[in-house]
Parts: sequence; C-alpha cells; structure tokens
Amino acid sequence: MKRRSIVKYAAVAAALSLGLTACGGGSGSGDAKAAGTVRVTLANHVWTEGIKAAIPEFEKASGLKVELTQLGEDQLSDQYNVKLNAGSDEIDVMMYRPLQEGKAFAKNGYLADLTSKVSSDATWDWKDYQEGPVKATTVDGKVVGVPIITEREVLYYRKDLLQAAGVAVPKTMDELQAAAKKVSETTPDTAGFVARTGKSAAVTQFSSFLYSFGGDFTDASGKSAVGSDAAKKAYSFYGGLIKNYGPKNVSTDMSWPEAMAIFTQGKAAFYTEADSLYKNATDPAKSKVADKVGFAALPAGPAGSKPYNIPSWGLAVNQASGNQDNAWKFIQWATSKERTLEAQKAGVPGPRASVWADPAGTSTYPKDLAEAIAASAKVGVGHDRPEVVTVGKAREIVGAPIVATITGADSSAAADTAHDAFQKFLDSEKK
Amino acid sequence: MSVLNTSRGETARDTAPGAGRSPARTPGPRENFSAWANRHRKWLFAAPAMIFVGVLIVFPLAWTLYLSLTDSQGSVRAASQFVGLENYLTVLSDVERFWPAVGRTLSFTGVALACEVVLGMGIALLLWRPFRGEKWVRVAILLPLVATPVAVGMMWRLIFDPNIGFVNQLLGMIGIPPQPWLSGQDTALGTTIFMDIWQWTPMVVLILLAGLTSLSEEPDEAARMDGANAFQRFFFITLPLMMPTVIVAVLLRGIDALKTFDILYATKGKGGGSFHEVETLNVYAYGLSFDYNQYGLSSAVLILFFMIIIGTMWLLTMRKKAVSK
Repeated sequence: MKRRSIVKYAAVAAALSLGLTACGGGSGSGDAKAAGTVRVTLANHVWTEGIKAAIPEFEKASGLKVELTQLGEDQLSDQYNVKLNAGSDEIDVMMYRPLQEGKAFAKNGYLADLTSKVSSDATWDWKDYQEGPVKATTVDGKVVGVPIITEREVLYYRKDLLQAAGVAVPKTMDELQAAAKKVSETTPDTAGFVARTGKSAAVTQFSSFLYSFGGDFTDASGKSAVGSDAAKKAYSFYGGLIKNYGPKNVSTDMSWPEAMAIFTQGKAAFYTEADSLYKNATDPAKSKVADKVGFAALPAGPAGSKPYNIPSWGLAVNQASGNQDNAWKFIQWATSKERTLEAQKAGVPGPRASVWADPAGTSTYPKDLAEAIAASAKVGVGHDRPEVVTVGKAREIVGAPIVATITGADSSAAADTAHDAFQKFLDSEKK
Repeated sequence: MSVLNTSRGETARDTAPGAGRSPARTPGPRENFSAWANRHRKWLFAAPAMIFVGVLIVFPLAWTLYLSLTDSQGSVRAASQFVGLENYLTVLSDVERFWPAVGRTLSFTGVALACEVVLGMGIALLLWRPFRGEKWVRVAILLPLVATPVAVGMMWRLIFDPNIGFVNQLLGMIGIPPQPWLSGQDTALGTTIFMDIWQWTPMVVLILLAGLTSLSEEPDEAARMDGANAFQRFFFITLPLMMPTVIVAVLLRGIDALKTFDILYATKGKGGGSFHEVETLNVYAYGLSFDYNQYGLSSAVLILFFMIIIGTMWLLTMRKKAVSK
C-alpha cells in the first residue's frame, strides 16, 4: 500500500517540483508590497557606497525594508537585459545610464512614467535639477528617471612635470599639443598625454574634442556628421596626441581604469577624463602622484571649450514592478537635497543647482577642480555619445577612426568609412 | 503488490493457470495505477530526468531556433516578424565579423588543443612512474585548474600589460624590447591561446594519467625484453593503447575550447577588442545579444555555432569508434 503511493507521489512531486521551480523564480510583487520591501539594484560607484551607509536611516523613517543588489557596470547592463526582457518584477528601483540605455529601455517599455510623481512634491523640488540632466532622463516628453550623478570632461595634469618642463597649463588645444610634446621630449619614460583608447570606451571622452573642433556625431537633420572636416580634424587630433605623445606600446583597449592607472602610476603628464573620477587621482591610497595633480577646464579648440556635461547615472522605476509607490519613496529619499549634498561632499558631482550654489557643495573639492567644473557646466554639451537606441553599436562605429588614428592608419579614410557605416546605421534605426 | 515486482513476477502471473478465465474482481483505482506504474516503470523512473532535460535543454534550443527565424530585436517581448532564413543569409554572407569569428574559433581551438594534448601527454608520462615529492608536483600542476577563468584572465592581463606588466619588465632585464601581447592586433589571439593552455593542460594531464595508470605492464615489458628503446616503446605500444583515452581528452577539451568565453571576455571585453582581435563565435553572439540587442541574428549565429560543435563531436566519436575497434 504504502510503497505504491510513494511511487505515485514521487512521480507527481518530480513533475511538480520542476514546474514550481520554473514559476518560483520571483517572489510576487504582491509579497513585496505586503512585506513593505523595496528591491533596489545599484552599480558599483562612490555614490552607491554613500547610499548604502545611509539606508538604515531610510528604513527607520519609512518603515520599508531595502533589499540591495550591487553590480559592476557591464554586469548591471547584462542583468537588466535578461531580467527586464523577461518582464521580471523582481526589480523596483534601478540605477541606469540615461545616455547608454535610456532610449532603448524607454522604447521597450521597461521604465515607468514618473512625470506626475516628480512634480508632486515641492520640497523635493524637481525644478532644482539642471536642465541638461533633466533632458537626458526625459524621453518623448515623459520623465522616466531622476539624474543622480553628473559628469564633465576636465583636464587632469601633473603640476611637477609642467613646472620641470617650464610649460604653463594649456588653455587651447594647440597649447595642449605643444605642452604634451615638450614633456614627452624632456622627461624620459613619461608620456605627454594619455586618455581612453578602446574603440567604444573612448567615444565619450573624444566627444568633447569633437564639439570643441566644431563637430558632432550627427548634424541638425539627424544625418551622420562623423565624416565632416571638423570631425576629421578632431579624430586626427585626439588620436594623434596618443599616437605621438602617448605611452609606448599603447593598448587600444583602454577604458578609464587602464588610462587612469597610467596617470596615477606617474607615467603621463596630461589626461582628459570625467571629473567624477577625480578621487582616483587624488586619493593617496590609489595614486602615486596624489599630491601633484592639478585640474583645468578642457582646452579650447577652434569652436571654443565645449566639454560634455551629462548625467552619467540616474534612478528609474521598473514598469513591471507592482511596488512603484515604495520605489518612488526610495528615489525621493536618495535624491533629496540633503542626500545629494552628502554625496557631492564625498566626491560625486550631482545634478542639483542649489547644491552647486551652496559653498558646502564644493567645500571638499580641490579648488582648481571646482573652478573647472563651474566653467564646464556653463558651456557644456548635454550628450557625450550618439543619441540613438542601440548605443553600443553606434559607439563601435564612430569610435573606429579613433583607434585607426592611434595605430597609425589613415585617419581621414577611417572617418569616411565610419561616416558611411554610421549613416547606414541611422537609417536602419529609423525603420 | 510491490512496486519492485520483477518482470519475472509478472510473466509468472500472466501465465498462471486459469488466468483470465476466473471472473476477476474489478481492481480499485489505486491498484489500477500501480499496475500501470508497473508496466511503465522504466519511463516513470526516467521521467524526472527527461522533464529536466526537456525544460532546460530542449526548450531553450527550440526557442533559440524559433528566434533565429524572426527579426527579434530591442526586447525579446517586442513584436517580431517571421523572416524565414533571412538571418542565416545575413550571417553567412557577413565577411566582416562572422567568418573571421569562425576562423578564430577554429584556430583558437585547434592550436590550444594540439598544444594541450602534446604537453599533457609529456607531463603525464613524467608523472607516470612514482618519484620523490610527486604529491607536491601533482598539486602544483593542478593549481591552474581550480582558478576561476575570469580571475585568470584578469591576472594575465596585469602580467602582460604593455607598460606596467611584469613580463615586459622581465624581458627588459635581458635586453628584449617590450612586446604588445594582449594589446597587439597580431599577438592578442596567440596570448589568449597561451592562457588557455596554461589553464587547461592540467585537465588533459589528469585524464591521460588515469589512462596510463590503467595500462597493463606486460606489453611494455615484453618490448623491453626484445630490446625496444623508449621511443619505440612509446610510439608503438603506449600510444596505440592510449588512443581511446586521448580521444576522450580531445573530445572533452575540444568542446570546451570551442565554447571558450570567459578568458576572452575578461581580457579583451565586448567585441573581442577594438579590432575584434579575439572575437570568436561565442563572443560575437554575446555581443549581438547584449550589446546590439539583435536577438534574431544572435540566435542564428548560435544555431550555426551549435551545428559546428555537433559536427566536430560527431567526427571525433567516429574516430574513437574506429580506434576502439
């Protein structure tokens, strides 16, 4: 008797267990609501460290429990791709890159519309947010994210090397080139200039050079502009700096960690990079030259000094989440004026005008960096990569001439090739 | 009646005198089920495993096949059109990314595999006979095997860094100019092959050593008596006897090497570098999915890749059957 039923139950249990594991992946959103939890996915960043430390405050004040998942930049992107594609409701709040994934996510319907929420609270004050970042987190007139971190490209330089070579801090691109040349000639084993070299990674840092030479990725009518004369000059200038005065044997896969390492190991005099990464260069634990680093606004090209000024990260709410009100509570707290000031003091430039106006907001920054940021914010351009849906592919296309120039190939021909490919790409996105 | 009734028990009952003639009591549902369960024992016990395979292997494969016939992009849940074999035509006529990726996949696998088997055989032969301190040597040899491939990739990336890497500093000491290694367009693939060899040769050693220790001593001794030298003994006796084991090692390692992803991704990132220097099929398909969100094209690449793997496996198993005979 007993044995018989065992077989039956075993068979049924086996079949069921497989079925159940298939649906048991996510605790339903209803549970999350009832239990008063909010599930937050954040990227590894200085900003995240600050928020993590403050979460207990939020939990106490709101009575909600925060479940935090923290991932590296690429893993985060892949995770979203998998989970949001599957329509998962396991994520409530997501930290995302408005300029990288924003358009694609909004188009796929992954991001909840926050338009009514942002305007509902006067003390939180949506109007306090700078215009550029707000534009980047608004898609088709709908607010889909709240900016949390802003970035501008600035010039990092080595005070001691400039002094030794007897050159002043460059104000124009020509001066930068001359200074890089002089340092690399007078100081053995030290590069005059270093920056990102990876085909895709370099695009954002190259963008400021492109604007300062009077170019852009697309023209006013949305056609490719990477084959224009201005763009060609910018490609050959940026790539040429690295090819002629960059590190010997330069790798063509460098993103910021690799380029930053060369600068902080004391192997380069000039380095252009996002200001939000400055702590890596001035923190003695991370940098051999911590006490010798100076900052300046991006040197002016033929079209002036036009660095990008962008929101690199924002917070959004997952459209599939059944817990959107709690998610918004978390965002409201994490982006409040007080929290933004705290984060900014810890070295994360924020998007709130009032915090920048407050002397406390820049009290912890090196003086020359604060000045460079203020100058860049006035003239900055609101995007640092092509504004398209499939940003990853576009970056590879428009980044190709940078790498070609660095490796000594024909820069102008590479720009023409990229121009055709980019136009084809833009046409395919319009379909 | 026991579930563990043997078939002999059943036949005994079926052929029992008077079976089927005496009016039988209608069996209860429970007895019905157990009789049914008894008859379908082999299926019932295999069912959990079969369902598991169905859910986790057959369904994803079928779904990939379906996706490869659509123009799915952006989001898998977005509306997509059925486009027949268009993706396959696009992929197969793509001489910029697809065919070079096929070439790189095959050369990566071929070179790495050949080196691993030859090296592995050599090391296994050295470890075959007992010697002092063999325990330590075995442990040392197995170390690369237990490291996480991504961590291995990161480690070598630092060692091979063109500017601050250990290798170039070492070469500098003996007067050799610094090499680009991973950052060179021509040297990157070779460097990743080296890493693969470093990490996976121990696995081949393990398999071959297991094969060697199970060989009988007689043929070898007989050859020794006949005055065969070490080379002759290896090439005419040990190697032919070891052939089935060698093919097992080649099969296991070959399939793995074809699918290599972690080392390549950890050292060169998305797209296999700025010039796609190390973009193998797996890296390419990954980029199509996660970077370009072109799920239809990516699925087509993966289905073709799957066929390449199945084909290679089939060739090797054929070879193994021939050798075993």
